Amino acid sequence: MLEASDIELERGGRPLLRGLSLALEGGELLRVAGANGSGKTTLLKVLCGLLVPDGGEVRWRGAPIRQLREDYSRHLVYLGHAPAVKDDLTAAENLAVSCVLAGLAAAPQAVQQALARYELPADVAVRKLSQGQRRRAALARLLLSETVPLWLLDEPFAALDAAAARLTGDLIARHVARGHAVVYSTHQPSGIDDSTVRVIELG
Amino acid sequence: MIAAVCCILRRDLLLSLRRRSDVATALLFFVIVASLFPLGIGAEPNLLRSIAPGVIWVAALLSSMLSLGRLFAADHADGTLEQMLLGAAPLGVVAAAKVLAHWLVSGLPLVVIAPLIALQYDLPAPLFGVLALSLLLGTPVLSLVGAIGAALTLGVRGGGVLLSLLVLPLYVPVLIFGAGSVDMAAAGLTPQGQLELLAALLLVSAALAPWAIGAALRISTE
Repeated sequence: MLEASDIELERGGRPLLRGLSLALEGGELLRVAGANGSGKTTLLKVLCGLLVPDGGEVRWRGAPIRQLREDYSRHLVYLGHAPAVKDDLTAAENLAVSCVLAGLAAAPQAVQQALARYELPADVAVRKLSQGQRRRAALARLLLSETVPLWLLDEPFAALDAAAARLTGDLIARHVARGHAVVYSTHQPSGIDDSTVRVIELG
Repeated sequence: MIAAVCCILRRDLLLSLRRRSDVATALLFFVIVASLFPLGIGAEPNLLRSIAPGVIWVAALLSSMLSLGRLFAADHADGTLEQMLLGAAPLGVVAAAKVLAHWLVSGLPLVVIAPLIALQYDLPAPLFGVLALSLLLGTPVLSLVGAIGAALTLGVRGGGVLLSLLVLPLYVPVLIFGAGSVDMAAAGLTPQGQLELLAALLLVSAALAPWAIGAALRISTE
């Protein structure tokens, strides 16, 4: 489904990714591991198309993602380092906006339910929430993205408490069980059973 | 696609509403700059009448540039820009929606305020319409062209100064035709030619700028 071949990328004059290749099928879970600065975030950005590699290419269902553009974007959810929520909007408004931008239906009721699952107040401006709660507000999008075939998650467990980490781990496991693919990066042990995970070690 | 446009418009207008001070500073800047000239030059009515179009247009130019900085910077900082780049709608359409929202809160108010400033310069009342119309046609061009610069200087240190150096020269044609149209009308001639040229600039920039903004955003987020 998702293939990357011979990815080469240089950052600040230093090669970060060298001849990296990977292939991912539906129903597979891939963990990107590595120390800080080993290129986990960079790899995820290359896979979602935000970064264009110096060499090699990423293909989605056989076609290069550079040509697919929005047709590829519609098939993926990328949650990056920054939570991508606006401080002046409420969690519910943020979630509705990000769903519409991603081309997903966001019924107000579904939005409220997703926020309730992550135990977030819907009508409080995000600026008044803690760092972990902002992270939850970003992750709540996963609950509305169950039909999207590829999830690319950068450090999804960072800043989460045990309950939220467990919920996120469950969501990822359920998504994979539905036959979709998930790539996530983490440098810490996660709430996911390691026997089901393929690991790619960077650095 | 239409849903995405409405969503971005609604979101940006809502954000402006919740951060009213950002919008107010650019408008106050316009009023203050335009009010400084009579104080510096002296209150000779004929002189003021003759410099009014140029001064108001230059003030509009500067005020529009002042507000460009926040067009993409906040979205870039909190990661929402990445999500727009990965959105379901084409990037050019997203960029156009953002520029439209920006113009509605920073350009359109100038069109409304300008006749009040013109009063201060004793500009004859029949010219108010021409002035407002020239700003109505010209300020969207400023927003569209400026947004290309704002996208290119995103995340650059000292981007504000660089942005002015990049964008101000491109504003020159708008300034010439905008102020020129009011001058023509003041001289008793028809301003139609200048206004049509402004409209042409608007059409060309509305058609091309969004894609240039999109390309610039992709370059500066890499």
